[in-house]
Amino acid sequence: MEFTFDLNTIWFILIGVLLAGYAILDGFDLGVGALHLLFKKDEERRIAMNSIGPVWDGNEVWLVTGGGALFAAFPHVYATVFSGFYTAFMLLLFVLIFRAVALEFRSKQEAKWWRQMWDVLFSIASILIALLAGVALGNIVTGVPVDANKEFAGSFFGLITPYTVLVGITTVALFMMHGAIYLVMKTEGEIQQKVREWVNNTIIFFVICYVSTTMATLVYFPHMTQHFKDAPFLFIFALLNMLAVANIPREIYHKREFNAFLSSCASIAALLALFAAGIFPNIVISTINPDYSLNIYNAASSPKTLSTMLTIALIGMPFVIGYTITIYWIFRGKVKLDKMSY
Amino acid sequence: MDAEILARIQFAFTVAFHYIYPPLSIGLGVILVMMEGMYLKTKNPLYEQMTKFWVKVFALTFAIGVATGIVMEFEFGTNWATYSRYVGDVFGSALAAEGIFAFFLESGFLAVLVFGWDKVKPRTHFISTIMVSLGSMFSAVWIVVANSWQQTPAGYHIVGEGLNVRAEITDFWEMVFNPSSVDRLLHVLSGAWLAGAFLVISVSAFYLLKNKHHDFAKSSFRIALLLAVFASLFQLFTGHQSAIGVSENQPAKLAAMEAHFDSSSAGALHLFGWVDENNQKVNLGIGVPGMLSYLIYGDTQKPVKGLNAFPPDERPPVNIVFQAYHLMVAIGVFLILITVLGIFLWWRGKLFNHKWLLWIFVFSVLGPQIANQVGWITAEVGRQPWIVYGLLKTSDALSKAVTSEQIMFSLILFTVIYLFLFILFIYLLNEKIQHGPDELETITSEYEKQKFIFEK
Repeated sequence: MEFTFDLNTIWFILIGVLLAGYAILDGFDLGVGALHLLFKKDEERRIAMNSIGPVWDGNEVWLVTGGGALFAAFPHVYATVFSGFYTAFMLLLFVLIFRAVALEFRSKQEAKWWRQMWDVLFSIASILIALLAGVALGNIVTGVPVDANKEFAGSFFGLITPYTVLVGITTVALFMMHGAIYLVMKTEGEIQQKVREWVNNTIIFFVICYVSTTMATLVYFPHMTQHFKDAPFLFIFALLNMLAVANIPREIYHKREFNAFLSSCASIAALLALFAAGIFPNIVISTINPDYSLNIYNAASSPKTLSTMLTIALIGMPFVIGYTITIYWIFRGKVKLDKMSY
Repeated sequence: MDAEILARIQFAFTVAFHYIYPPLSIGLGVILVMMEGMYLKTKNPLYEQMTKFWVKVFALTFAIGVATGIVMEFEFGTNWATYSRYVGDVFGSALAAEGIFAFFLESGFLAVLVFGWDKVKPRTHFISTIMVSLGSMFSAVWIVVANSWQQTPAGYHIVGEGLNVRAEITDFWEMVFNPSSVDRLLHVLSGAWLAGAFLVISVSAFYLLKNKHHDFAKSSFRIALLLAVFASLFQLFTGHQSAIGVSENQPAKLAAMEAHFDSSSAGALHLFGWVDENNQKVNLGIGVPGMLSYLIYGDTQKPVKGLNAFPPDERPPVNIVFQAYHLMVAIGVFLILITVLGIFLWWRGKLFNHKWLLWIFVFSVLGPQIANQVGWITAEVGRQPWIVYGLLKTSDALSKAVTSEQIMFSLILFTVIYLFLFILFIYLLNEKIQHGPDELETITSEYEKQKFIFEK
């Protein structure tokens, strides 16, 4: 398909940006959650939870807004995917609820069993959210059975294949790495020393997953590489991703935690860019018939709505980015527990 | 049971549960602005103590509101895919605006509101409180706009045919300011202010009855009472405006609200009653003949369009709407009476003298909660059988890819999880109330401390 930079393309990119924002921001707090049970002392767990305390809620808003923007810009994608992946999305909702509740309620009681229960729930929920998000992403690569009426014609278990699970695990690994780096940045002393070691292990875990996923994609889903053949400059993203990952241990070694964190953010963004470049202009690929695929044109809202929303986004996003940065600035530095802490 | 009934039960249940929390956040948000504003103005640590205590309650309601709110956004797609395809072009921009303008604002500044006491200057903290409060109200704006569009569609045209038919926006502002948006928004907002205000009133009255935290309770009570009396009287106005709007735009709903069947007669206003839909009459009821006509047209004789003017398959269920509506009105009147009485006694210096009245105030917290719920039941059940009034029927709006077994599974899980959430909420709220505010002596004045940190 000829590439034209039109409203539909802009919205494809913008939704990608929102989802990348979600992956980068909620990614580290999900990662902190995934690592949670590795902390054994109550105080360490509280420090870990409070490192994300003021921001996790705002991070999740990126998912809500991404979902809203998908509904608005590509209603057919929203309708087909959300109804088609019904059971998966319901599970995602339940774990999202449990995670929020666990965060809020964990430290409200002193009792050991109470805190242990919420800690386990919090950690499992964090891992499951990352896994489900990854499995969903995997299905976007493999394609799903979409019929001529833009309706999903498969089953829940059809969504779970070795490849999609591999993408799910890769996502968990990625967020664990990202979360560990964030924790190094937010902690000090003994606990920081401990987390520093985790960073190396999570990087290894991630790289193994990443290489496997890449090979599987190249072998089984060559359609993902088509654009890279047509437009070799896209390889920049692949290169950027690898450089960013490679840079992390270096920055950690030099105790430049913030730079390590930025590298990790860049690698997530580059990964999503690779993925988006692979499927463009499709959003949901149909395994029944390529003509049934939902793309940025046949699944979109009218140009009128797309341009109205672009205006809304252009007015709103500078504010959003402005106060996201302000809030991270206010809460910069190492975590200190106080009366209002979790 | 078939998928439609299950999907409707699930949506009704999840949205009703969700709607316990956002009104509390919106109402408490306004009260926090009032309290912290007083603190900055007077530097009296009592107001700081109040703000800090109510922020904790606010954070609790907000957290559950967010968690149950994501469910709502997802359910449009999971359970009502056909509806989503149909309205996405119109509804979507309101939802996107909600995300960008409201959610980021409130969740971002919430961090400063709850965790930022020691991190920013008092003035900056106050600005954050205002932003959170504004954000929570902005989200009400966009969601009520979207819902109002379903009640009174405007600024759109219908495009496509068969499976691809959908509404597309022609005029964004006409969609935003559709005929019912403003009236319904004001009605919803002041219902939310009442919810927050009466929570504060109830807890404060409870402390006074238990002889605890005197200054704290009296001061919180007075601030909340000011908001409550304004909101309950304002509700009279917004309710009336909404009813007139309904009579113009959704006559079948109005007819169901008053169980008015015969289009050739003037409409009566009932105080209460039980509707016999088969025989088209109101049993055990007391009504003022002609009063409905008077309220709408200023003329007791003028006929009001009745349910018989609509084909049977385009009439909403009458008794549910009738009961919900009358319960809402009754509670509204009750709230006006007790808030005006409260203001009168305050003026006479006897606000806290009557134990029986304080007990009424303790239980009054349920009033706005019930009224908000039944108000929405009136609005949403009264719109049936339409999901988008006059355009798309609820029965045609379902997800085609979802089976009734799947919905049964999710409905059961929602029931269990929400029940559990509700128990936790009550437990933790009770915990906070029993614990009470931190004693004045133990909190060094935040203002003094901050001044020390920042002005050196």
